[in-house]
This record gives sequence, C-alpha cells and structure tokens, in this order.
Amino acid sequence: MPPIHATVEAVYRAESRHVFATLVRLLGDFDLAEEALHDAFAAALEQWPRQGMPANPRTWLVSVGRFKAIDVIRRRARFDASLALLSQQLDANEPVVLEEVEDDRLRLIFTCCHPALSPTAQVALTLREVCGLTTEEIASAFLIAPTTLAQRIVRAKAKIRAANIPYQIPSKPDLPERLDAVLQVIYLVFNEGYAASAGSSLTRADLCEEAIRLGQLLLELLPDPEVMGLLALMLLQESRRAARTSPTGDLILLADQDRSLWNVEQIQAGQALVQQALAAGQVGAYTLQAAIAALHATAPSPSATDWPQIVAWYDLLRQVNPSPIVELNRAVAVAMQDGPAQGLQLIEDILAQGHLVDYHLAHAARADLCRRLGKVGTARDAYQQALTLVKQEPERRFLEKQLRELVSTAAK
Amino acid sequence: MKYMLLIYSDENAWTEREQEDCFTESVQLSQQLKASGHYLGASPLQPVSTATSVRVRSGKRLVTDGPFAETHEQLGGYFLIDASDLNEAINIAGRLPPVHKGTVEIRPILELPTLPDP
Repeated sequence: MPPIHATVEAVYRAESRHVFATLVRLLGDFDLAEEALHDAFAAALEQWPRQGMPANPRTWLVSVGRFKAIDVIRRRARFDASLALLSQQLDANEPVVLEEVEDDRLRLIFTCCHPALSPTAQVALTLREVCGLTTEEIASAFLIAPTTLAQRIVRAKAKIRAANIPYQIPSKPDLPERLDAVLQVIYLVFNEGYAASAGSSLTRADLCEEAIRLGQLLLELLPDPEVMGLLALMLLQESRRAARTSPTGDLILLADQDRSLWNVEQIQAGQALVQQALAAGQVGAYTLQAAIAALHATAPSPSATDWPQIVAWYDLLRQVNPSPIVELNRAVAVAMQDGPAQGLQLIEDILAQGHLVDYHLAHAARADLCRRLGKVGTARDAYQQALTLVKQEPERRFLEKQLRELVSTAAK
Repeated sequence: MKYMLLIYSDENAWTEREQEDCFTESVQLSQQLKASGHYLGASPLQPVSTATSVRVRSGKRLVTDGPFAETHEQLGGYFLIDASDLNEAINIAGRLPPVHKGTVEIRPILELPTLPDP
C-alpha cells in the first residue's frame, strides 16, 4: 500500500465519525452526509498525494464533503423541487465552524438513540453511525440477516426525516429521560455481547468492547454520574470474561471462578468510576449495580465478600429501580448473608406474586438454595423447571450438570 | 412543520366529571398553544357508538354502522399543531390533558402543496 493510502486510512479510522457527525448537522440528512463522507475521502485519496496532507484534515474533509454534497443537491434540485429549497439554504462558501464538532458527536448519539425510534433501530443506528460498524458486522453480531438489519436502518432514517427528529442535544428538562435512553442502548449492546458465551462468541465479544468504547466516548462528551456508573458496571462485568467460561465453553459461576484470571486493570478503572459516581451525590441504578459489582470484583473469595454491604446496595437499588429482577438478586445476596432459608423465602415470595415465573434464573436460584437446604426433591423439580425455560446453550449445559450432580449426591 | 396529535383512550373509562374537566383544560391549553403560535385546530369526537363507516367497492357505496375497527381504545379527539420538530411535538403532546388517561399518537402531516387553504 502506498504510504499516502495508509495515512488516509488512518485518518479515516480516527476522523470519519467526527466528520460524519458534523456533515449530518450541516446537510440535515444522514444519507446525504454518508455520501458526502465517501466523496470527501475519495477526494483525499486523489489530492493528498499531490498536494500533501492539509494542516487540519478534519476541517478539510468537512469542507470538501459539504461542497460535494451541495453540488449533488443542486444537480438533483433540477429534477426534484423539494431539494430546491435546501439547495438555496446551503451556502458552499460559508466557512466551516468546527467549534461545535464535539457537540456534533453528542447530537449524533442522541439522534440515533431517540425514543421515537424502536429499540432495535436505536441499537442498529448507533452501531452503524456512531461506531462506524458495517451493516454486515452488526447483522452477524446480532445473528440476523444483513437485509433485515439494513431495512431497519433505512426505516429509522426515513422516520428521522419524515417526523423531523431534530439533530440536537436535548434541552435540560428532557436530558435525564433522553440520557436514560442512550444508556439503555449502550447497555443493550453490552448485554448482547455478554450473554453469548459460546458458539459465535468471538464476533459477539466485540459488542462488549464496542459498548465500552461508546460508554467512554459518552463520558468524554457528557460527564454525568450515571454515565460513569454504566461504564464502571460494564468494565467490572467485562473484567471477568476470561474466568466466566471453561476452555470447553461451559459456564462457571462467580463463586467458582479463578479470581486470578480477572482483569485487574478493568477492575481498578471500574472501581475508580464507582467512587467518582457515588461522590457526585444523586445515585442512579447503574451506579448502584456497579457498586455491587465492585464489591464482588475486589473480594478475595466468595465467603470473604462484603455481603451486608451488597444487601445494603440492593436495598437502595430496589428504591431507585424497583423490579422483580432486583428482588431476585437481593434474595441471593440475603441467602449469602443470612443463610439459604432466608433467601429461599424471599424467592418464593417473588414467585408467589406471579413475578419471574418464566425466568429460568429464578428457578435455578430456588433450586440451588433448596439443594443447600437438603430439599432434594424440590431442588430437582426447580432445576427441571429452569431447564424448560432456558434458552442459551451454555446455561442449559450448566443446569443439566447441576441436576446430574444433585441426583448422584442424593443417590449416595 | 405540522403534526396531528391523535388522542386514544378507552372512552368508557371516563366519568362525566373527568370528561368535563378534560374539555375545560383542553380549551385552556388550546388558548396557550394559540398564543405561542402552535395551534392549528383541535376537537373532541363523539363516542364511537355514533360512528359510521363508508367504503366504495366495485363502484358500490357501502355504509355500515360502527368504527373502522373495534378496539379497546378509541380515537376520541385530536389536536393539529405547528411545531419546529418532533421533540417540540412530543413536549406539547405531554401537555395534553387526556394524556394522563389515554395515549397520544403523533403523526407528522404529509404536506401537499396543491391543497387549498381552509
């Protein structure tokens, strides 16, 4: 590869998303911006070898991209009246102001994660436009056909245009709600990567990295405590990746993991963010989950874990974000603090209220506590119930193993 | 840009008092929206029991009693507004009195330049 090609490629990797985000603002349309971006880099490949690199490649690319787009719009405006107005509004000679560029990336994130788009579209659009992944990459990570994903993106862009979803950072009163939507998208991407522990795990693990990168970008642009909390939570969960599955792809529970395999750097980074987020005052759901994850991550062993503090965080979490899942996790922590009987009672209360009856982990947790209490028959039934509900292959294998061990111990 | 805000709710779930309050508050909101330049029109609708559906098939007009579709929640009224973008439309939708009981569906208007002025 000629050196200039390598240079342009490096600039593409570093700058293409910045340039794109600004072009969307200047041109008011995702597709036009996409085209303009490609035209700008094509021009760079052609001109930089002769004229040398511009002093500020980003400004150069934005100016050239906008110029080319205006050209395209003017040509099309002759045939399409709706573009005529736009072409008059765009002035190719207006200087490009790059002060707003960091804000443009934030505008792009908030637009891609707009709650008026379906959650699946928000995820697809964010990975495509903010992270710059290809449609094929995203489709393979989510195990869906590229055409399905492409359609989702086309539809989302059409809605942005038709409903006039603005390219804006939300106003202050709307910010908490809108930030929540962004955090949800990022965590959804992370969980999609985290949940897959076998099979095509390689491509899917990238989703975790991508989610962490998104979290880091968002924190850079918007240093909100809950952004810190979410990033910390993802780092702390990701720190256990190497210990979470056996070489054969079997699931290993937190209590049985080789803690020397945990990623110390990620744990330290996560812990520091938790401290920073907690110090900020108003404590949100992501920060509380991260605080719990940090206690697990820094415990030398399961028994030496600070269970009372974990239960205390869960008590706060159920106030901030009441949900049956939080109750279930709290019940497991209570079982570690006060004994399996107390935990079991709480889980049975949850199930008796009709919550989580279709959730395999509720039955698996119930089975585990019954096993520890010597209630073999109930434990077996609960494992079987969990097995009828489980969807992930490694989780199924894990539950089958637990059930086999239970039956063989009982036979002795 | 124009948006139609369609108000859906279970029309049987309203007490007479609630309905009257909703009308009063909606009129107040309409005046506020008019003052801020957002208002284009609004009205509640009579219940679906008064609805008549018309279709023409193979040149023949069919008139039937009842709404287009029997649903749990019915179209009960509308606001037509002028807003700068969807975010502003969402904020206005959140201020409509019936939003506390029902759902407001926001539909961007497809502008046909050839339509006559009212």
